[in-house]
Amino acid sequence: MHSVVLIKQVPDTTEVRMDPKTGTLIRTGVPSIVNPYDVHALEEALALRDKYGGRVTVVTMGPPQAKEALRKCISFGADEAILLTDRAFAGSDTLSTSYILTQAVKKISEQHPVDLVLAGKQAIDGDTAQVGPGVATRLGFEQLTYVVKVEGVDLEKKEITVHRLLEEGREVIKTKLPALLTVVKEANSIRYGSLPHVMRAVRYDPPGWNQAFIGGDLTKMGLKGSPTNVKRIFPPPTRAPGEIIPGGKEDPAAAAALLVDKLTARGAVGGKGAAQ
Amino acid sequence: MSGNERFDCIVVGAGPAGTAAALTLARAGVKVVLFERGEFPGAKNVMGGVLYSKTLNKLVPGFWKEAPLERPVIEQNLWMLSSDSVAKVGYRSPRFVPGHAAEGGVPDEGPANAFTVLRAKFDRWFAQKAVDAGALLITETAVEDLLWENGKVVGVQTGRDDGKVYADAVIVTAGLHALNSLIPKMADGRLGIKPEHVALAVKQIIALPKEKIEDRFNLPAGMGATIELVGASTSGLTGISFIYTNADSISIGAGAMLSDYVKSGKHPYDVIEDFKAHPAIKPLIAGGEVKEYLGHLIPEGGYNAVPKLYGDGFMVAGDSAMLVNSVHREGSNLAMESGRLAAETFIKAKERKDYSARSFAAYRDALDKSFVLKDLRKYRGIQHYLDSHPQIFLSYPEMVSEAAFRFLNVDEAPKAEHEKMMVQAVTNRRSMMGLLSDLWAGWRATR
Repeated sequence: MHSVVLIKQVPDTTEVRMDPKTGTLIRTGVPSIVNPYDVHALEEALALRDKYGGRVTVVTMGPPQAKEALRKCISFGADEAILLTDRAFAGSDTLSTSYILTQAVKKISEQHPVDLVLAGKQAIDGDTAQVGPGVATRLGFEQLTYVVKVEGVDLEKKEITVHRLLEEGREVIKTKLPALLTVVKEANSIRYGSLPHVMRAVRYDPPGWNQAFIGGDLTKMGLKGSPTNVKRIFPPPTRAPGEIIPGGKEDPAAAAALLVDKLTARGAVGGKGAAQ
Repeated sequence: MSGNERFDCIVVGAGPAGTAAALTLARAGVKVVLFERGEFPGAKNVMGGVLYSKTLNKLVPGFWKEAPLERPVIEQNLWMLSSDSVAKVGYRSPRFVPGHAAEGGVPDEGPANAFTVLRAKFDRWFAQKAVDAGALLITETAVEDLLWENGKVVGVQTGRDDGKVYADAVIVTAGLHALNSLIPKMADGRLGIKPEHVALAVKQIIALPKEKIEDRFNLPAGMGATIELVGASTSGLTGISFIYTNADSISIGAGAMLSDYVKSGKHPYDVIEDFKAHPAIKPLIAGGEVKEYLGHLIPEGGYNAVPKLYGDGFMVAGDSAMLVNSVHREGSNLAMESGRLAAETFIKAKERKDYSARSFAAYRDALDKSFVLKDLRKYRGIQHYLDSHPQIFLSYPEMVSEAAFRFLNVDEAPKAEHEKMMVQAVTNRRSMMGLLSDLWAGWRATR
C-alpha cells in the first residue's frame, strides 16, 4: 500500500501579524510549520503503513526553505519526501497548485503505483480546502473529505472504508482505491517519531523536482495558470471593547447599581413588574 | 543493543555549555551528537540576559558581528530599594563598549565587555555554529538516562522509541534538573538538589519601542544598561532583581533562594508583580506589553556544592555542574568555558583511547586553573554568609534609604543634626559593632 501525503509549509499563525496599512501578512521572521491538518494526514498514512505495510511518500510545492517541513515529515517516519520547486511554479493559486501536485503524483506513480493520496482538510493560512479535491478530480480518484477515521482497507478488493465528520453526524463510506482523503484533526493523535527516524531526518536532503522533471502544461502552472485574483486582504473589523464599570473594588454596591441601571436602560433586565 | 549509529561523544543539552563542547569537538573532527529537549536550541533556555564576550570570543572570534545580540552594555547599576524609595549607584564607561565608536564607545576592535541577549535567538545561532562544524543536532529529544556497563557510562537513553545511542563518552550539560535525574546515578550519592543551593528566578520580557528605552535609561542609540536591585525588590526574600535593556524590550525579573520561597510561602508571580509596581520601577516599564513570562532554577550552591565533575565515560559542565557565579551574575560564560574544557579533555583522551575517570581527571585540573573554579573558590563562603546575614538584603537597603533621606532632606535643622540623624538611622537598625562584624564577615567570605 503506497500513500502519498500532500503537505504545505505555512507560517505559524500564532506568530503572524498583519501590516495595518497594506492589510497583508507580515511573514518576515515568522517561523514556518507544517500545516497542522497535514500532519494528521501524515499520521493517518503512517498508521496505515503500520497496519498494512507499504510506503509513505510526502510531497510539497514551495521554495527551498520548505525542505525543513519535509524533514519534519521524515522525522515522523515517512519513507521519502519530495520538494516540487521551480520558478515556473511561483504565484500558483489553488487551481494551478492542484495541477502541479497532480503531475507530481503521476510521476511518483511511475515508480511506485499510488493507492491513496492524503491531505489535511485545509491549510491554516489560506483556508480554501480546494487543493485536495482539485487533485482528486484531476487524478480521477474517489474523493473523501473530512475523514475522521479510516475503518479499514481491503487490499484484495482494493477498497477503503472511512468515517466522514459532517455537521449533522458521521457518514461511513466505502469506496474503491485509488482514492484521495482529506483529514480532520480529530482523526488521530500525532506520534513521537523514533530516534532512528529523527536522526535520519536531520541529515535528509529532500530530492527537488522541477517543472522539466514532472512535465505538464506550462500554461497551467504558476501565475499564468492562476485565474484567481486577490483583490484585497483585510483583517476583520475589530470589535469595540466592552465597557468596564470602574470602582468595583472600592464600592461594589455603587458599581452594581450602575450596572443594573445600564442593563435596565437597554431592556436587558428588569421591565414591568420588576422589583424595585 | 539498538541499531543506532555509534558516536565518539554524546553531548546532552544545547545550551552554552553543550554547544561550546559540541562545537569544540566537531572542529577537532570528533563524531559528536548534541541532544536538545526543546523544539530548537534556546526554546527552553532561560537566563537573566547578560552575556559576557571574552569566553565566547575564544570560541567564535568576531561573534558580535554576526550573532543575534540585543545591546552592548555601556552602563551597570546597583539600586537599593526600600519600600517607597531607591538609592542608586552606577558606572558608565565607553571602555565597556569598544567597537561601537559611532554610538559613544571607544574606537577599538571590540567586542564590548558584555551584551544583553535573548536566549531563544542567541542559543539557536550558537548551536548552528556547532552544526556547521559538523555536529549532529537532534532536537525535541530528551535524554532520560545514562547507559552504564561495568560501572562506566557508555551512552544515553533518549525518550524516543529505539532511543539508545552509544559513544565513548557523554558530556552532561543538561541544566540543573540533570542534578536530580542524571547525575545522582553517576556519583557517590551525596548529590541531588538542595533548596538552599537553588535560586528560583522569574522574568518577564516587556516590549517597548527602542526610542522609549533609550530615553528612559538615558542611553546612546543602540547601547544598553543593566540594573541589579536589592531590598524591597524581592518582597523580603533573600535575592536580587534585575532590569536589562534589550533592543526593543526590557528583561525584568526577580530571583530568590528556593528555600526562602518555601519558608515564606510567597508566590514568584506576586514577587515580580510587586517589584514592577514599585514607584521607582513602574515608570521604566510603563506602557510596555508583557511578551513572555519565564521561570528558571539557578544553581547557586557555589564552590562547595559543585558535584563530581567526571567519572568513567562522562564529564559534567555548565549548570549541571553548579558552575554559576551568583555574586557577579555570571553563568553562561562559565558554562561555555567548562564545555570547551570538557571537549578538549575528550579530544586528548581520544588520542590515548582512554575514557576512564583517570583520563578525565584532567578536566577538573583544567577547571581549577581556569577562572571558572578560581572565581567560585573565591566566593566559597558567600552562601553561608548570606544565609547567616539576611540583613544584607533585608535591612540594609531600608537603612541606606533612611540615612539618605535624613541627610538630603532640607528642613532648616543644622547640618550637624542631619549627620547625627543619618548615623542614627543606621545604628537604630544595626549596632556599630554589628555593622563592623557584617563587613568583616563579608570580606572574609570573599577572600
